[in-house]
Amino acid sequence: MYPVVMKMIDDLIERMRRGDKRATARLITFVENDEEKAREIIKKIYGYTGKAYIVGITGPPGAGKSTLLDKLIKEVRKEEKIVGVIAIDPTSPFTGGALLGDRIRMQKHSTDPGVFIRSMATRGSLGGLAKATNDAIKVLDAYGCDVIFVETVGVGQIEVDIVKTADTVVLTTIPGLGDDIQTIKAGLMEIADIFVVNKGDKEEADRTVFELKLMLDLEKEKWKERGWRPPIIKTVALTNRGIPELWKAIKRHKTFLEESGRIKDKRRFRAEEEVKTIISDIITGKVGKHMKREEIYSLIGKIAERELDPYSAAELIMEKTLGVKV
Amino acid sequence: MVERSKVRVLIAKPGLDGHDRGAKVIARAFRDAGFEVIYTGIRQTPEQIVESVIQEDVDVLGLSILSGAHMVLIPKILKLLEENGVKVNEDVLVIAGGIIPPDDAQELEKMGVAKVFGPGSPIGDIINFVDEKVAKLKKFA
Ligand code: B12
Ligand SMILES: Nc1nc2c(ncn2[C@@H]2O[C@H](COP(=O)(O)OP(=O)(O)O)[C@@H](O)[C@H]2O)c(=O)[nH]1
Ligand SMILES: [Mg+2]
Repeated sequence: MYPVVMKMIDDLIERMRRGDKRATARLITFVENDEEKAREIIKKIYGYTGKAYIVGITGPPGAGKSTLLDKLIKEVRKEEKIVGVIAIDPTSPFTGGALLGDRIRMQKHSTDPGVFIRSMATRGSLGGLAKATNDAIKVLDAYGCDVIFVETVGVGQIEVDIVKTADTVVLTTIPGLGDDIQTIKAGLMEIADIFVVNKGDKEEADRTVFELKLMLDLEKEKWKERGWRPPIIKTVALTNRGIPELWKAIKRHKTFLEESGRIKDKRRFRAEEEVKTIISDIITGKVGKHMKREEIYSLIGKIAERELDPYSAAELIMEKTLGVKV
Repeated sequence: MVERSKVRVLIAKPGLDGHDRGAKVIARAFRDAGFEVIYTGIRQTPEQIVESVIQEDVDVLGLSILSGAHMVLIPKILKLLEENGVKVNEDVLVIAGGIIPPDDAQELEKMGVAKVFGPGSPIGDIINFVDEKVAKLKKFA
């Protein structure tokens, strides 16, 4: 990396450490856009990170996550904590474009010096979401955020990624989704530390709360063993109902993680996942540098045609690019 | 050309008018063309818009005004940007649209707005204009 670029990064980091939002925003852009700069930045700021508490807010589109966040920010700001928000929306796989609309609901906080809101697109890359998001979180952490909220659309893989990223995961659902409870049963149960039933102003809200409770009752043993049973909180994000309770629940979960020592396990797990992702990214990147595209595609074609099996192909590629037998 | 999916565009509606059709049409058009678009919603103060430009680190600021208050709001936004160290046309490209009479448009373009696009402006022209100008921003040069 050129010395001028290094110097620019150093300057940005120094400005960020003094609380400059523009520098912070530019650093986030760099970790999102530029692999090489991302490495340099994270190496330099890592020592400043680890202070922020990370809360994931997930759930289906339209559940009220952004509205909920708007109210949560207000609640947290009463304690004069510095709040960061990363709001993620999907990139269109067809055009590469994205319309990021979460910010609309939180705009009144944009002029609060103690709040930093950043919209982010998934940019479709496999695993890339997790990495850019994790790096952006580190920037906001080093900037001085006490709490960082990450809003993700609750579909597919992203939801699993959020578990790797957040200390507390809030799963937001709404009444009348019917199938949604089924989805929760199918696997989301594992990831939620707190359940929120938003749109509590709707008639069927109490039934949804009740169904969730029944569902959690089925796993009594597990909660006992774990020492934490996910609470269910009914909210009306539009009117702030239930929001103070939600923030209290998040803090209770934080205390639980700290007192039980689980926070350490979580962070070790996260570190492991992160370094694995980085290693595989580096290796994939190396393949791209050492082998011609056509060469790789021809191997892939052979696999598809059943002329070669995928393991042999991978071994071949590793030998060619890293010079090691695997 | 700069890869569009790495170009961030903020579409904002300053002032008190609720005419948001045009802003939404433009936001979607940019998304469909492959840009990353952030929409702020209606009734934004100049301060909120400038803070959003900063935190989102956008490359293009698109303002949509149909209230007639453009000669007050747009100069205020331009001034606030500069005061916050965001250099117009160097760090961020500012474009505008809505109901803005030609004389006013000319005046605004002198102040730093790269171009004003009124009703009927072909979307393709707007996108081409942005492609061309964005490539000259400091970040991408
Ligand atoms: C539809 C409309 C409404 C709807 C708005 C619905 C909505 N949610 O948007 C309703 C009925 C609510 C409404 C109400 C009012 N309206 Co009205 N309305 C219109 C009307 C007929 C069309 C606007 C429209 O949607 N056009 C379609 C969109 C797609 O076009 P556009 O917004 O111009 O956007 C295009 C371009 O300008 C450009 N563009 C726009 N923004 C941007 C941004 C960027 C970055 C770029 C690059 C380009 C760009 O690209 C777009 C696509 O080509 C206009 C008259 C007109 N012909 O423009 C009056 C008009 C805007 N309204 C007017 C007025 C006065 C009002 C009211 C105050 C009361 C009244 N007299 O009716 C209220 C105020 C409401 C409020 N809260 O602010 C006046 C404004 C006068 C002025 N500016 O001096 C107009 C011009 C009518 C007139 N000739 O008097 N209105
Ligand atoms: N009735 C009702 N509507 C709500 C509530 N919370 C949010 N909404 C509405 O639900 C819609 C989606 O909200 P949003 O926060 O954007 O959802 P997200 O997609 O999960 O981020 C918006 O129109 C909100 O106004 C609530 O508690 N009750
Ligand atoms: Mg949202």
